Amino acid sequence: MKADVGAPIGTPVVKSGAGEFLRLPPFTAKIGGAAEYVVIPAGALLASLLLFGIFVALFGKNPLDLYFYMYQGAFGTWFSWQNTLTRAAPLILTALCTALPAQLGMVIIGGEGALLIGALCATSAALAMPAAPPLVVDIAMAIAGMIGGGLWIMLSGALRQYRGVNETISSLLLVYIALAILNFLVEGPMRDPTSLNKPSTPEIGAANMIGSIPGTDVHWGFMFGIIAAVLSYILIYHTVFGFAARVAGGNLRAARVVGLSVGKLILIVCFLAGAAAGLAGMFEVAAVQGRANANLAAGYGFAGILVAFLARQNPLAVIPVAILLGGIGASGGLLQRRLGLPDASVLVLEGVIFVMVLASDTLYGRLSIFRAKGA
Amino acid sequence: MADPGNIGLWTVPLAVLGGAVRVSTPFLFVSLGECITERSGRINLGLEGTLVMGAMAGYGISYLTGSPWVGVLAAGVTGAGMGALHAGICGLPRVNDIAVGIALMLFGVGLAFYLGKPLIEPTAPRLPAIDFGWWSDIPQLRAALRINVLFIIGVLLAPVLVWALRTTRWGLIIRTAGESSDAALAMGYSVNFIRLRATMFGGFLAGIGGSFLSLYYPGSWNEGLSSGQGITAVALVIFARWNPMLCLAASLLFGGAAALGPALQSVGYSHGYHLFNAAPYILTLLIMIATCSPKRTLIGAPAELSITR
Repeated sequence: MKADVGAPIGTPVVKSGAGEFLRLPPFTAKIGGAAEYVVIPAGALLASLLLFGIFVALFGKNPLDLYFYMYQGAFGTWFSWQNTLTRAAPLILTALCTALPAQLGMVIIGGEGALLIGALCATSAALAMPAAPPLVVDIAMAIAGMIGGGLWIMLSGALRQYRGVNETISSLLLVYIALAILNFLVEGPMRDPTSLNKPSTPEIGAANMIGSIPGTDVHWGFMFGIIAAVLSYILIYHTVFGFAARVAGGNLRAARVVGLSVGKLILIVCFLAGAAAGLAGMFEVAAVQGRANANLAAGYGFAGILVAFLARQNPLAVIPVAILLGGIGASGGLLQRRLGLPDASVLVLEGVIFVMVLASDTLYGRLSIFRAKGA
Repeated sequence: MADPGNIGLWTVPLAVLGGAVRVSTPFLFVSLGECITERSGRINLGLEGTLVMGAMAGYGISYLTGSPWVGVLAAGVTGAGMGALHAGICGLPRVNDIAVGIALMLFGVGLAFYLGKPLIEPTAPRLPAIDFGWWSDIPQLRAALRINVLFIIGVLLAPVLVWALRTTRWGLIIRTAGESSDAALAMGYSVNFIRLRATMFGGFLAGIGGSFLSLYYPGSWNEGLSSGQGITAVALVIFARWNPMLCLAASLLFGGAAALGPALQSVGYSHGYHLFNAAPYILTLLIMIATCSPKRTLIGAPAELSITR
């Protein structure tokens, strides 16, 4: 699969068109294998931006304006940077919900459901202890959110392991079930009677709200997202547990032969994945909304799937990709105001990127620029 | 009983029955199409996006031309285009069909919302229904027996597909590609081309299923139109063991489950309305739990299918 294995000397060169024009200096060949994982997704991203530019040009908008406002809205000013990072926070955490099970070869796409359940559990925890000091409340909210989200995704993992139910479908079905539970609770048992137009739970209280990272308007969820991503990276690539998970993901039979308990691995990894998304839900309540209502289903869980695939399921790569996708989301408002594009244009662009990134999977190991010279 | 409309609690089973017929139609079309796609050895998880695109295209074209049937056709063609996109990308080496399906689900929904923005206001002509309840003077029964033509087409299509899969040359080629791509290759057929056509056919039917949503029930275009019918229908194909006739039965069951919430609400029992709305998803999950097994592949599963391997 990987190009960096290095073909033996004398192997005929496979000429592949455009690659020949782009042959890089020899020293890049050594890092070619790694560079491939940066250049190909970046190329797919650029191609998607180009396609999206053509798409809006069909509607009579100037693509150059589009790119300018996208940059402005995402990274142009300090204000837009803060908006971008605030959106990146839940994206990092929901992307981990897809990226961690992917190490085991599982495709979990239910991050949105775990986020909603995490948010509900966190809100319940806060409402259950009205008299406790804020720090205690916030810690309880985080724990409740992580346990709720974790169990939610663990259910998908357990169904896969013990009943052979496809985890992709079950996790997506659980999103719709989670949404129904959220709607039921905020319009029924947990409803604050004073919330007339938008049914919501009571507020968790201003004192319990999590503030911003000093000097910014970006809430602490961003920092916790980075910590979670780094811890996930260490867990997957630098611990025996992570190694076992990757063995099981690479070859299930080999993992069983060497005596790994695959079921336990699946359950633990799925729990951690769901806990990450649940934490995202907790921060959406404790740092943004202040209460649970339908606003929580903002699609962060679905955008997180895209982040994970674009980062090639690498927990560290999730961080920059989430910032990038957060930027695209942040620029949506500006595109709406200045260019009159519908708010769904962000969804279209994300969809195009997703499709292009997957289509680019076919290029790995086939571009001659990434091969050792003369090989 | 002086008032024929006053039938008390009988309203609920009648509404569920009528709802089953009405709500099951999109399930039926999507699952029949996906059934053919999966029999060719590929799974298209993007049918949720195809469904929403079909709903948008059908509504838009029906509004522009004034003919709902042209809208249905346009929805089908749009769906076939989405299917071709899926098959075209999956045809590239080392591209995962499940991931492409997820991508196309997000892409289709986004594109439909984008293009459908101007369609929220106008009213398009809707599909006609046939009144099978003319003999009765109970309004609820008459409402339950107003049956859309698309439903009848779908019901007739199911046995036709069973027959086609079993006895025709095309059915055999599709099943060969689904059971062993090597065998299909050895017979001189291009597996990718077979799957392209099977996926386009699946997309065509899913698009029509979408047009039913916007042109008959609920009968308008908005962004909350589909809530997982596409993905539920994909799960339903697994439950139906890749058999079109069982897809029909399963669709009716799911339609009934989905109609339960509105039916109970119509008699004034609105407590837990949202939980009843989750009934089809919970039912899907329970059925998958009951029928799947980790020890063996499912009976009737095409051997090339990535989701059951």
